[in-house]
Amino acid sequence: MIKRVHLDHAHMQHLLKAMIRIRRFEAKCVELYQAQKILGFLHLYDGEEAVSVGVMEALTQDDAVIATYREHGQALARGVDPKCLMAEMMGKLNGCCRGRGGSMHFFDRARRFYGGNAIVGGGMPLALGVALADKMQGRSAITACFFGEGAVDEGEFHETLNLASLWRLPILFVCENNLYSMGMAVERAEADIDFVHKASGYRVAGEKVDGMDVVAVESAARNAIDRIRSENEPYFLECRTYRFRAHSMFDAQLYRSKDEVEVWRKKGPIVRFQTWLEANRLIKPEELATIEEEVDKEIAAAVAFAEAGPLEPVSELERFVTMEEVPS
Amino acid sequence: MNAPQATAAATRLTYREACKQALRDALLSDPRVFLMGEDIGRYGGCYAVTKGLLEEFGEERIRDTPLSESAFVGAGVGSAMVGMRPIVEIMTVNFSLLALDQIVNNAVTIPHMSGGQFAIPLVIRMTTGGGRRVAAQHSRSLEGWYAHIPGLRVLTPATVEDARFMLKGALADPNPVIIFEHVMLYNMEGDLPSDMKEVDIAHAKVRRAGRDVSLITYGGSLFKTLQAADALASEGIEAEVIDLRVLRPLDTKSILDSVAKTRRCVIIDEGWRSGSISAEVGMRIAEEGFFELDAPLRRVCSREAPIPYAAHLEDACLPQAATIVAVARELVRPS
Amino acid sequence: MPALGADMEAGTLVEWLVKPGDRVKSGDVIAVVETQKGAIEVEVFLEGVVSNILIPEGERVPVGTVLAQIDGAPGAAPPPLIEPAVAVLKPGPQILAQAPPTPVIAAPSSRLKITPAARRRAAALSFDPTMIVKGTGVEGSIRLADIETYASGAKLVQRPAKKKGLDLSQMRQAIAAAMSRSKREIPHYYLTETVDLNTASTWIERYNAEKPPVERILPAVLFLRAAALALREQPQLNGAYENGAFIPASSIHVGWAISLRGGGLIAPAIRDTDRKSLAELMAAMRDLVERARRGNLRSSELTSPTITVTSVGDRGAESVTGIIYPPQVAIVGFGRVVVRPWVVDGRIESHPLVTVSLAADHRVTDGHIGGLYLAAVGRLLQEPDKL
Repeated sequence: MIKRVHLDHAHMQHLLKAMIRIRRFEAKCVELYQAQKILGFLHLYDGEEAVSVGVMEALTQDDAVIATYREHGQALARGVDPKCLMAEMMGKLNGCCRGRGGSMHFFDRARRFYGGNAIVGGGMPLALGVALADKMQGRSAITACFFGEGAVDEGEFHETLNLASLWRLPILFVCENNLYSMGMAVERAEADIDFVHKASGYRVAGEKVDGMDVVAVESAARNAIDRIRSENEPYFLECRTYRFRAHSMFDAQLYRSKDEVEVWRKKGPIVRFQTWLEANRLIKPEELATIEEEVDKEIAAAVAFAEAGPLEPVSELERFVTMEEVPS
Repeated sequence: MNAPQATAAATRLTYREACKQALRDALLSDPRVFLMGEDIGRYGGCYAVTKGLLEEFGEERIRDTPLSESAFVGAGVGSAMVGMRPIVEIMTVNFSLLALDQIVNNAVTIPHMSGGQFAIPLVIRMTTGGGRRVAAQHSRSLEGWYAHIPGLRVLTPATVEDARFMLKGALADPNPVIIFEHVMLYNMEGDLPSDMKEVDIAHAKVRRAGRDVSLITYGGSLFKTLQAADALASEGIEAEVIDLRVLRPLDTKSILDSVAKTRRCVIIDEGWRSGSISAEVGMRIAEEGFFELDAPLRRVCSREAPIPYAAHLEDACLPQAATIVAVARELVRPS
Repeated sequence: MPALGADMEAGTLVEWLVKPGDRVKSGDVIAVVETQKGAIEVEVFLEGVVSNILIPEGERVPVGTVLAQIDGAPGAAPPPLIEPAVAVLKPGPQILAQAPPTPVIAAPSSRLKITPAARRRAAALSFDPTMIVKGTGVEGSIRLADIETYASGAKLVQRPAKKKGLDLSQMRQAIAAAMSRSKREIPHYYLTETVDLNTASTWIERYNAEKPPVERILPAVLFLRAAALALREQPQLNGAYENGAFIPASSIHVGWAISLRGGGLIAPAIRDTDRKSLAELMAAMRDLVERARRGNLRSSELTSPTITVTSVGDRGAESVTGIIYPPQVAIVGFGRVVVRPWVVDGRIESHPLVTVSLAADHRVTDGHIGGLYLAAVGRLLQEPDKL
């Protein structure tokens, strides 16, 4: 199963670092949120890092990504500059969207990152269009379409899977199943919680993968992409994961027990992967220290960049409401 | 119903045929253009606008879709972000409600929200309006809703020439454009000047000049309004008929110019009065043309009810020429 | 800003005659306001101390604007000098009530219905649109065409910069407006009656012979008194027609028409005309004429008439049929006293005669009432000693 993941030292440390980067970036965000430098919603990816890191490893720069509103991890794993992301979090002009999108709406044209979308399921039809356009223009790119299991409740999920299958579009559907859509437990929302089975209803092949295991996710994603290319049809990946923190910042978490959260924390993607690396002597303590130090430096640089960033002049408020031309 | 006679050499054709020629032109002139929608291919289009295009351009570019308005409109948005020039047909404005999220939250929002990284050069065509005895769920006029939304361009071709050439302008626009084709216009015939190659998609147009009262309208109500203007002329009242053509961005100047001339204004809108485009037009006049007014603003809109099936009720619901005449006359010659 | 007539929309506060701290009592004149009818003294109907002047001299403000505040008797909350317009927009009875408790007397609607374009055009022409009582636009609004029509006919005189006294061009416009409205709206009917003044003339001569010049009376005083007393018998001629209904007045305040030197006409009220003696009436008339010509009329005098009486005097025509001053419903006219053959008991005698006319609003009364009224006037004039 993992034969296609080239697990050398460098790659393993790269995966770990990618996950630690997300975790620490978000920890800093919480701090800045409490200091009111970040406002609005803040949906943390804490616990789900392995999903993005694993899937993005399998993508090339030519592939496209459709993200959710819990997309800090998706953007960082995709390689979007943490400086631009932190500036965006703080509403600054040097943010990836000039401070207009904030936490839920990261876009990065250069990395084919087509947006954090804050309407559950709302990004899925976009994936159809991106994949269709790539296909019609003769590009062999894959579109990775991220969505939470809450999107399965929406009509867009069904319409999109159906059309993707019908038109044989190169889409990798990545269901981040963290078991709750806000406070709604998946088994209380869906009559059938076997999402792979649901996908098969549209003749979309798929599999479940342990979303807390970064290597398993990467491996599954690589296999999925191979299959999309070879079979010329979409593929469905359900990544079973868990969010350790609140839905957003203001959430008393009445819908789940602390014990449940603790059980999942022990299976956390970073602690698990790091422990495994250490147990197998695949990482030295000083290497880990270096990773953490580098990540901290990156984040400090991102915060400094964001803090120093100017605000977009109010006079530009209406700029880009309509575009003068199609950017190339 | 007849369009005003053209003076130059002209070809006579229906509004439907004009729409089709526009689509065919677009497909021929730009390989990035493709069509998506329900029954646009094998069926030939619900209103037969796309009949024959599948045979000419093939399934890759004339894409029949399942009844998944949200998905295929979203696909239009996504493909527009990635270099295509999709023309999406939604069978009627009523069904566009199922795709509202994609239009409002994605197509219109992404350019601004992404800080200008993406444009959405998407064209959505849909029919609108009542008059065909098909009851409430197929008869709405929701153009005014769409005109509310910053980032959209909303076009309402009411003449054969606009049906023929507005699409070209819409495709050249880097922004999402919605073209509303009124169901009662497809069979209308008009003359297309043979030297005409394009129309602008930014300005209202004076369809009939007059000095006594401005009748401001668009879309399916244009010809009712022109009929009303004829009737008024027989009474010695010269009405100026303004075809808005573009509901967003609204051509305020043309509106104000006309009102400055006539100083009286009736706005005719098949949408409901409350919160309608007619309300917007009226308010612009109040804001920017207040001192020109020599009479209160008046409106002729649809009655505030779902459009009923029964013919007499539907007729009573929709703006009619006789009402327009009565309202305009009362402004010019108060009883 | 008191409303001093149905057509008044605004006025310019020309001069304050009191300052903060001054004690005022009901009837005191506290300010002068310039209107299209001229400079009008503003009376106060409260007692107290002026606490606050709210509108500076020279400012033009709409009717209903509070001009000043007067602190009332100790312990009382300070009432505004002028109550807000809303409070005074009440129909007739109050307007005509005796000694009205509120100083502001306004027509039911003092808000001019005029289109924005017409208003702007009027301003450009320095034309006061309030002189147009009813327009030809939607709901009777004044529209552009009305302004053009009136402005071209009004031979506009630029408003003089003077601060006090009557502005005759303005008055001309006001008269034009009121008379136009009257002729447009009121279906007049006219009656005349020739009245023998033989007895009355003799009586006046005798009356005056005993009096020093200052106390002597004119025949007009008899006319005024007779006209007022006759109204007690025909109260339907005394009141206002507003909002489609006649509102009878509870008192008789005859507006006495006074022509002004240099042109213009004004008809201030002589309050409770029917309850004043001839001597009191004569004094009142003298006072009014003098003050009207000086431009020192009081606001209440212009707004309170319940009917108008005009007497052309020695130099006038033989008869006069007047135009009703809205919202009144009648005007009584007395022509020049002439000596003519008069038949008494089959013999022709030379008698002084006067032609009394009545122009009345046919919406309120008809010729029968009018005839009875004129007959009463004639009868009363035959018994001058009872007047």
